[in-house]
Amino acid sequence: MSYVIEMLGIRKEFPGIVANDDISLRVEEGEIHAILGENGAGKSTLMSILFGLYKPDKGIIKVRGKEVSIKSPNDAYDLGIGMVHQHFQLVHNFTVAENIILGKEGSFVYDIRKASKKIKEISERYGLSIEPDMVIEDISVGMQQRVEILKMLYRDADILIFDEPTAVLTPQEIDELMQIMRNLAAEGKSIILITHKLDEIKQVASRCTIIRRGKLIGEVDVAEATPEEMAAAMVGRPVSFKVDKKPSPPGEPVLEVRNLSVMNSKRVLGLKDFSLTVRKGEIIGIAGVDGNGQSELVEAITGLRKAESGSIIFKGRDITGLSIAERNEMGLGHIPEDRQKRGLILSAPLTTNMVIKEYGKTPFSSHGILNESEIDSYSDAIVGKFDVRSGEGIESLAGKLSGGNQQKAIIGREITADPDLLIAVQPTRGLDVGAIEFIHSQLVAERDNGKAVLLVSFELDEIFNLSDKIAVISGGKLIDIVETSETDEHAVGLMMAGIRRSEV
Amino acid sequence: MKKKIALLEERKASPLLVSLSAVVLGIAAGCVFILLIGKNPFSGFEKILFGALSNTRRIGNTIGMSTQLILIGLSVAFAFKTGLFNIGASGQMLIGGITGSILAFYIPMSVPRPLYLLIIIIASMLTGAFWGFISGFLKAKFNVHEVVSTIMLNWIAYWIVYDFIPRFIIDPTISVKSKPIETMHTLRAEWLSKLTGSFSINYGIFIAIIMCIVIWFILEKTTLGFSLKAVGSNKFCAEYAGIKVERSIMISMAIAGALSSLAGLTYYCGYSTIMEMGKMPGEGYDGIAVALLGNCSPCGVFFAALFFGILKMGKGSLAATGIPTEIADTIIATIIYFTATNVILAKFWNSRFHTSFEKKMSYLSAAMAKHGDSTPPGKLTEAAQKAYIKEGRMILKAKKEAE
Repeated sequence: MSYVIEMLGIRKEFPGIVANDDISLRVEEGEIHAILGENGAGKSTLMSILFGLYKPDKGIIKVRGKEVSIKSPNDAYDLGIGMVHQHFQLVHNFTVAENIILGKEGSFVYDIRKASKKIKEISERYGLSIEPDMVIEDISVGMQQRVEILKMLYRDADILIFDEPTAVLTPQEIDELMQIMRNLAAEGKSIILITHKLDEIKQVASRCTIIRRGKLIGEVDVAEATPEEMAAAMVGRPVSFKVDKKPSPPGEPVLEVRNLSVMNSKRVLGLKDFSLTVRKGEIIGIAGVDGNGQSELVEAITGLRKAESGSIIFKGRDITGLSIAERNEMGLGHIPEDRQKRGLILSAPLTTNMVIKEYGKTPFSSHGILNESEIDSYSDAIVGKFDVRSGEGIESLAGKLSGGNQQKAIIGREITADPDLLIAVQPTRGLDVGAIEFIHSQLVAERDNGKAVLLVSFELDEIFNLSDKIAVISGGKLIDIVETSETDEHAVGLMMAGIRRSEV
Repeated sequence: MKKKIALLEERKASPLLVSLSAVVLGIAAGCVFILLIGKNPFSGFEKILFGALSNTRRIGNTIGMSTQLILIGLSVAFAFKTGLFNIGASGQMLIGGITGSILAFYIPMSVPRPLYLLIIIIASMLTGAFWGFISGFLKAKFNVHEVVSTIMLNWIAYWIVYDFIPRFIIDPTISVKSKPIETMHTLRAEWLSKLTGSFSINYGIFIAIIMCIVIWFILEKTTLGFSLKAVGSNKFCAEYAGIKVERSIMISMAIAGALSSLAGLTYYCGYSTIMEMGKMPGEGYDGIAVALLGNCSPCGVFFAALFFGILKMGKGSLAATGIPTEIADTIIATIIYFTATNVILAKFWNSRFHTSFEKKMSYLSAAMAKHGDSTPPGKLTEAAQKAYIKEGRMILKAKKEAE
């Protein structure tokens, strides 16, 4: 079979980092070809080169057997290459049809009806179910993505690049997308799927090119490889999906939440009469659908939000009225849900971020004067121990790091501060297998060190893998607390919908 | 800490280069304007330099003019660094000026001069800090944007001055001005005036230099600066880390207010000795330009203020050549435009650096290929790199000629 895309010996260097080092990719006509790699492995760089956004330092690109030079996305479109970006490029107050013909209006007076007709035809042919007259801001994220797909098809692209397409979708939307990709391939389109999610590759892809740290690891036949093998190739060592966790007897209570009620941002009670105890040496997982009072609980414990009634006892002391700084000082660690908004100052270097809570203490400062060498060596130690990768070491701006490395930096900061209670909210959201495994092992290590860990996650797998006990929250109320060993996902799922065990 | 750029590293445009490009482009635009009205741009700029720097008196005047620009630029830059936009420098200047002017008349001449100077400096800093604090307080407690509140406070200050001049310090002969302050009660220094022959230059320049150092120290070396910058860059993260966000905003605005207020003191009780009723000082807005051109760093602000001081002082001499003095203001405005669009300038330089870097790398690899040297280029000594690059250039040149 002939290759529709060949990228041979591609090299691309950025200051301080080789993003692509002699990478080759061959895509056959009509196949779904996955590119698998961790965050920052160089997948997006490779695709940006194919799409004309970057110029490779070395290497050649062949499209349908002919060597080409792609200088801009327009060149790519002319060659029939289209790309769905992670962040959609749509005008929100335009209709679907207007967005699709944008830049391809043709003459000064354009015929929107003719365009709409063509859009409808394409939509039906591939099962996209798109209405051309809908306005973008009125349709769901999944549908917006299908508009992006339609945009490529409208421009007669037959090589389609999907950059992490499922990151923004719900499980149902992911299933729909997978079906659409199969339809497209069946119609002869060639698809390149960039992802770090193994189950997606298993579902739709026929072959998979694996990249690690900018280098080509190999190409595998998806049907013949197990997820474990692919994960190991991606990360560079065997990966376990199960967290290795020994039983550990819980000690004395560290955190006691008593009858806590908290207002949410809409000035109504988001958390109602909530009570919970977290002991030394245990991980308590809060299971629940997003928006059921988890943020209110965490923000009340950490001091970011005022408690309406009830009390919070930390290490035997009532901290309900204490400031955030006083709570931090007492040994409360917090891995926040939104790492870019709360967790880091993106425009500041890692050094600033690593001591953001501790800068006022010795040895980082004395009498109000900062001690830069202490700050640098402390930051260096965290970056080294938690394997935070960045272009310019501790001087790198936090915003220049990949998501996984940002999260590792936050976790490194919080764990190094040696807290008695660590609150981790969605600690692995959007991260790849390698990073998830690392973070999970760190949380378990904290527990084994006799620390108390409160884990909030919307992913049941994560809750079940890590927690000793699961507290289920729904509608701002505690539904039940159960031992992880004595329950299953089905039972917890029912409780998440607000149904108590006794009622089942 | 500045790192030395290694030979095999791509250069990035520094803020200094961007600011200097803006200045060059602004001056070039000025040349075009002068040419368009049929005059000689060189004689125009010669006149500006002549007017600003040709003798010690003029230099003294230029320094006097720059003094308040430094302090206001510093005020705006400090606020910028801590995430606030202080466009209330004009009002804060008036507050500093009226504080100093009133004290100048009511403190008896018998108070020793060093003590007197200390009192007026501290008093005007305090009133200016209070003026800035009001905006900080409104922002912290009621989320009133500081741009709105500082503009409003400019007018409140304006009317306070309008009321206080006739009430306390009116000059009976010209009833729209304050009585001139006795020289002993201004910031002027006899030895400075003697040295330069200028009465505009005053102790303010030393205050300005000290403040540049103090502000640099606060921002870069202290926990206070650390927390203020953290709040300015991401207040959500600062709050999470336990930094008191509201307090930081109030402190930032108070410090910015104190700096502008000092500018007012040096302006009304040094550079000049009177205050006029119904006059809003335009320097408050010049401070924004100074801060932008100076990349908001105290050192940058110092030099940007001197530069603008030269333009402002020198423009008076333009008239002799028949070139309208507005040309100098046009140059300032053009420079501000170019500084405000610094992204474009940075992009231009970065792309230039990138091309030259790529060329250098291709020379290097050509030469290394010829010698069969396969050490990673980063491992070579700098001298070896240089030699290879030089040789590579010749190889590729020869190749091109052969083709």
